[in-house]
Amino acid sequence: MTAPLIGEAEAAAPPARRRVPRSVTLLTGCVLAGLVVAVAVVSLFWLPYAPDDTSGDRLMPPGLPHLLGTDKLGRDLLTQLMIGARVALEAGAGSVLIGGVAGLAGGLVAGFATRWMDDALSAFLDILIAFPTVLLAMLVTAARDASLGSAIIAIGLAMSAIVARLARVLVKRVLAQDYITASRTSGTSWPRIVVTHVLPNIWPTLSVNLALQFGLAVLAEASLSYLGLGTPPPNASWGRMLQEAQASVFIAPAGVIAPGVLLVVLVVGVNLIADGVRDVADPTRRRTR
Amino acid sequence: MTLLDVAGLTIRTGGRDLVSGVSFSVEPGGRLGLIGESGSGKSLTALAVLGLLPPGMTASGAVVLDAPGAGRTDVLGAGERRLNRVRGRAVSAVFQEPLTALDPLMRVGRQVAEPLRRRRGLRGRALRAAVLAALEEVRLADPERVARAYPHEISGGQRQRVAIAMALACDPALLVADEPTTALDVTVQADVLALLDGLVAGRGMALLFISHDLAVVARVTERVVVLRDGRAVESGSVGEVVRAPRHPYTQDLVASARHLDRALDWRTP
Ligand SMILES: Nc1ncnc2c1ncn2[C@@H]1O[C@H](COP(=O)(O)OP(=O)(O)O)[C@@H](O)[C@H]1O
Ligand SMILES: [Mg+2]
Repeated sequence: MTAPLIGEAEAAAPPARRRVPRSVTLLTGCVLAGLVVAVAVVSLFWLPYAPDDTSGDRLMPPGLPHLLGTDKLGRDLLTQLMIGARVALEAGAGSVLIGGVAGLAGGLVAGFATRWMDDALSAFLDILIAFPTVLLAMLVTAARDASLGSAIIAIGLAMSAIVARLARVLVKRVLAQDYITASRTSGTSWPRIVVTHVLPNIWPTLSVNLALQFGLAVLAEASLSYLGLGTPPPNASWGRMLQEAQASVFIAPAGVIAPGVLLVVLVVGVNLIADGVRDVADPTRRRTR
Repeated sequence: MTLLDVAGLTIRTGGRDLVSGVSFSVEPGGRLGLIGESGSGKSLTALAVLGLLPPGMTASGAVVLDAPGAGRTDVLGAGERRLNRVRGRAVSAVFQEPLTALDPLMRVGRQVAEPLRRRRGLRGRALRAAVLAALEEVRLADPERVARAYPHEISGGQRQRVAIAMALACDPALLVADEPTTALDVTVQADVLALLDGLVAGRGMALLFISHDLAVVARVTERVVVLRDGRAVESGSVGEVVRAPRHPYTQDLVASARHLDRALDWRTP
């Protein structure tokens, strides 16, 4: 809902003489995150073994026929890793979608609120933020079921409060700018001001924060799975793989290293993309490149 | 007929009066200066005229705008929809800080295009031509380049010219200029002042000019209102006020302006 804004701002601008400079940051981020996306896409069509196939020996080292070895139940690690990629992306994207949209909407309302309304909304957001995500996840799970979907809803709701609080501050800061007053002076309506000035000006900061939230959501899903509040077995999440493998880290390090590395690759990749997009979207930063 | 009539304007926040009982009026094509030291309530008065007082402030008294084609509007009592029809056409404004008056993320051409598109319904090539004409009218050299630039890529003086172009885009009957030259270099100040003077005269627009600088106000307006601590302490033609200031505060203002003049051996026309 918000992502096309940058595209729109660029497209509606008068024709540019020079092209947007290639951002190394953006490119690196795309490669890293793209790697994980590619693994997830492949997992939809092909897996080395069935997710619940425990026919292998336990804790096998990397080699053949299990490329990355097996876990303590004899399941193929590569298979779990590939499913985990899909679960991680779904957890991150789903939570950011819910948290981003709800948070932005709440932040806009709170950003425009004044006096007691503003105080009330701020207090409400602070309470929401203080509410433990695990408790929220238990409530959602009780209302629905223990599934990735429930975990995503819980993480997304918790995230929306954090995003809303940030968006509220950003909106207030933009609304205090002279160019908003100048725009109102020529009779621009509020909805139009939100679309043309407020959203583009809060987006650079907000998008970087959403990328950070993406990484946190992936980690949060891992923790919830461990508690039995996320993805149920046999579908693996990287976080659960990490936690299950930590007891045998010295015998079978691949069980920790593989999901750990992919987790870092994904989180770093998404953050680099956010940085790169901000550089492209913000002309004052672009020039210093 | 009176274009702008401000009567007994009082602006209050948190039990404190920031502006108290200020009255003045501007005829179509007339010019009025609002002068006073920093914090005397000039900007708040300007914002009240535009119906743009910050939230948390309450205004009483009357601010009535009566522009041909826009009808008679009670600014303090009108809703946002009504005000949005009046703003831009009946009244528009230029503010003090040219750096922050433009959206840093939007190309200058697109910002100037916005009011032209909305008010005059221009699109495509006609819109583009109108943008360039507007930039040319405020004597920006190389309007093509300026239109493509982002605000941080042009100078303060150029930005203020762009802000003037935007304010004039909808042909307002009244222009409110709140210290439009205060933030500029002295050499640029004189140019921008002359530009504003010429444009307002050329279009037969009325001008509400705000400044803390008597010399600057004397250059562009016919009448002045002197504000102090939110009260109008004196008003009259510029000549009268400069020649025979009655209120001690005004006498101070005139004395210090004369002192400065003498010190620089520099005479206002
Ligand atoms: N948003 C605000 N909230 C509270 N007080 C304000 C606000 N804006 C201005 N003031 C106060 O109102 C008075 C007049 O301000 P202003 O009209 O900006 O003065 P001027 O433009 O003449 O320098 C000042 O004392 C200032 O501190
Ligand atoms: Mg002021």
